[in-house]
Amino acid sequence: MQLTLWTYEGPPHVGAMRIATAMEGVHYVLHAPQGDTYADLLFTMIERRDKRPPVTYTTFQARDLGGDTAELFKNAVREAYERFMPEALLVGASCTAELIQDDPGGLALALRLPVPVVPLELPAYQKKENWGASETFYRLVRALAAPHAPPADWQRPAREAGRRPRCNLLGPTALGFRHRDDVKEITGLLARLGVDVDVVAPMGASPSDLARLGEADFNVVLYPEIALSAAQWLQRTFRQPYIDIVPVGVTATREFIAAVATLSGIDASSLLAAEQSRLPWYSRSVDSTYLTGKRVFVFGDATHVIAAARVAKEELGFTVVGLGSYSREFGRELREAAKAYGVEALITDDYLEVEAKVRELAPEMVLGTQMERHIAKRLGIPSAVISAPVHVQDFPARYSPQMGFEGANVIFDTWVHPLMMGLEEHLLAMFREDFEFHAGAGPSHLGHAASAPSDAAPAQAPTREPAQAQSTISMTPADVCWSDDAQKELMKIPFFVRGKARRNTERFATERGLATVTIETLYDAKAHYSR
Amino acid sequence: MTIQTPVASKGCSDVPVLRERGQREVFCGLTGIVWLHRKMQDAFFLVVGSRTCAHLIQSAAGVMIFAEPRFATAIMEERDLAGLVDANDELDRVVARLLERRPDIKLLFLVGSCPSEVIKLDLSRAAARLSRSHAPAVRVLNYSGSGIETTFTQGEDACLASLVPELPDAAPNAGKSLIVVGALADVVEDQFRRLFDQLGIGPVSFLPPRRTSELPTVGPQTQYLLAQPFLGDTARALDERGAVRLHSNFPLGIEGTTNWLRAAADAWGVSEQHFNTVVQPPQERARKALDHHRERLADKSIFFFPDSQLEVPLARFVSRELGMRPIEIGTPYLHQQHLAAELPLLPQNALLSEGQDVEKQLDRCRAAKPDIVVCGLGLANPLEAEGMTTKWSIELLFTPIQGYEQAGDLAELFARPLVRRSRLEV
Repeated sequence: MQLTLWTYEGPPHVGAMRIATAMEGVHYVLHAPQGDTYADLLFTMIERRDKRPPVTYTTFQARDLGGDTAELFKNAVREAYERFMPEALLVGASCTAELIQDDPGGLALALRLPVPVVPLELPAYQKKENWGASETFYRLVRALAAPHAPPADWQRPAREAGRRPRCNLLGPTALGFRHRDDVKEITGLLARLGVDVDVVAPMGASPSDLARLGEADFNVVLYPEIALSAAQWLQRTFRQPYIDIVPVGVTATREFIAAVATLSGIDASSLLAAEQSRLPWYSRSVDSTYLTGKRVFVFGDATHVIAAARVAKEELGFTVVGLGSYSREFGRELREAAKAYGVEALITDDYLEVEAKVRELAPEMVLGTQMERHIAKRLGIPSAVISAPVHVQDFPARYSPQMGFEGANVIFDTWVHPLMMGLEEHLLAMFREDFEFHAGAGPSHLGHAASAPSDAAPAQAPTREPAQAQSTISMTPADVCWSDDAQKELMKIPFFVRGKARRNTERFATERGLATVTIETLYDAKAHYSR
Repeated sequence: MTIQTPVASKGCSDVPVLRERGQREVFCGLTGIVWLHRKMQDAFFLVVGSRTCAHLIQSAAGVMIFAEPRFATAIMEERDLAGLVDANDELDRVVARLLERRPDIKLLFLVGSCPSEVIKLDLSRAAARLSRSHAPAVRVLNYSGSGIETTFTQGEDACLASLVPELPDAAPNAGKSLIVVGALADVVEDQFRRLFDQLGIGPVSFLPPRRTSELPTVGPQTQYLLAQPFLGDTARALDERGAVRLHSNFPLGIEGTTNWLRAAADAWGVSEQHFNTVVQPPQERARKALDHHRERLADKSIFFFPDSQLEVPLARFVSRELGMRPIEIGTPYLHQQHLAAELPLLPQNALLSEGQDVEKQLDRCRAAKPDIVVCGLGLANPLEAEGMTTKWSIELLFTPIQGYEQAGDLAELFARPLVRRSRLEV
């Protein structure tokens, strides 16, 4: 059993729903107890979808368990087919139905419906949402495209002269983080390169579109969590290469373009010369100097974390002090990526562990999911959202991709705006406990989130200020105490770095066996840790 | 999958009821945790369930606003099911970790879920064991919020029913007392308390209490008023403790609130004259507040999808006090006895339905083209996109709507979607 306050991912059948809901002409019959229909509101409320997800639930109750739940399931499949007339049916069980072992796949196949029926085995007590989405997409692709597979000894012929290269975009789903806009951005980018997009899947694809996936020259895997296993199968079956460079950030986008050019045998140099993102110049502009070495903590799904960490370091000049993900499936890739920043990847789906890590690292910015946004808000740290799990705010009305050159522009704005502007930071440092600029007031742009009311009169606090005490309590060596004048001097340090200064000073004192922190110790520590 | 049998129901009303069985687009009882944990401020709710349960509670009300919520899920994993570990040992470990983190918790509810029920994990024994090992600091109770046993608000019923055996016995010479049963907003509770005081009714206590140290006493001299229509099990448990239910309407709208207060006033022998003196000023205020909305709402047709069991008293309120026309009044469960005072007040031509086959009900709704649809969050946006005006039913649980001072707010909940639609020009 795992004690869970918040979860990063839903159960695997929610992943299957994200595939079914993204597509056209697919219906999912889910053997599930009453109450599991809550999942509909993820789509109708968070994503503001104007249609119900194409899902029929058996919603069995206790009284049905004594009777024939298998019959209940068969009737649900039959009625769903008659009412919705889908081109293909997905069938499966949620966590509770898995326990009653009715074999939805076998039952549905026995009905001999005139459309493909794809049974899903999604072990709810082992796996989670992204795995469920990936498995569902893979099963669907396999079921629908396999009948069109070429013989084993077939070789993919060279592209006919005069025909533009074409590819499929794989991975965008319902409830995905900015998938809608990424698809538009990358489709536009490919068009300017001279590459046509054949099928986008699962988003907007029908079963017949999946059946012709093999016709494209290559695949673009936008979200490896969702589409990598399907792309690997397509590669094996149709000798169809794929690109899994995630084009988030300027450099990755340029690498993506280069890879597309190589695969499709076209010259991308004029496009690379012409395409512009404002990010490189904005980062070089002198007003961005204050971004240098900002300590960031990055957490989210593997794709976005790996990409964001790179952008943070290489394109904004931040320092990545921690990186982690709830995508256990991509542990190897994450550990590899973390090495580049000299940190250890935190691979966990325990929200409390992530929170503890953020407290420990005390970064100057958190790039994470909605959950890290809450952690950061509580700790008064600026943050930006880079990954699912999503919130209604992650479906902005405006065009707001993460990928491609426009995505890089969006990222620059989204990450930089929560931070304190350079001059504001300097003024705070100069005037310290000024009556408007103080810890209680918090930086203006963070609103009330950064203010801690209990902290409003820090000068009077004789021992330690409550807000910081809370975050340092477990790390403070019990044997270090502060002299009154050192404590007063500490209060003159801007509140947003005070926690770090306190910790560093105490560590410095402990390492040297000093029982009392004096003003001297404070400045000795400052010199010791200065970069 | 549908057994559709319109039956003329027996009992005090002769309203025919359409009973349906099919896909039920409703929450399970775990959802009640969302408001119960705010109401009982020293209680913690630990769901013993699956990732789905955790995901449901997290998604149901977008409750991620709380710093550290007083609810959590002990997510069962493969090894718990395969018997590789003793689920009870695991539960003990999880509870110990939890209580260590939260020493402020005085009452812990172990909440059963669909998977825990199906594998027959005995949470009552677990609760007894944990109560012993964490006594006297923490009391551990259990109830089921599973979807196979409870629909949405029935979770509150199950929770309160589990509290009833904990209520201390009233002293034999304690005299008459009143318990108001069902979670109410604090502001509503305070208003009712003032009215009961003015009427000379007391002592009055509330179940659930704000703090678990304030559990009301119960005995044969105790009378109770249901503030919510979904409390069948809790009422039965109170009856078993010897308490007596005061029959009434539910305190929604002027009429409902008046009848509800009158039931207590009659039991306490309050004179008609004194009763009227006390209730007239708030009634007058409520009337003014309703006048404002009646203009907009009168004659508008309204269609209730089943959700909270509040549908019947709500339909009574909107038809009798706002002049609206209920077309269908869907409820997940029709408690004939508790609704005995409500059913005769419903308009004759409204269809009363119990249970659900959501696709068929949507067909009926589309055919009826109501002016406003009361439905769950899963249906609201799709119906809006079809051109219908909707009111999310969950808001009726999360908003103070009971009593005189809230009658106007309750009307406004129905008026706002219509006003909004008429304002928008895009």
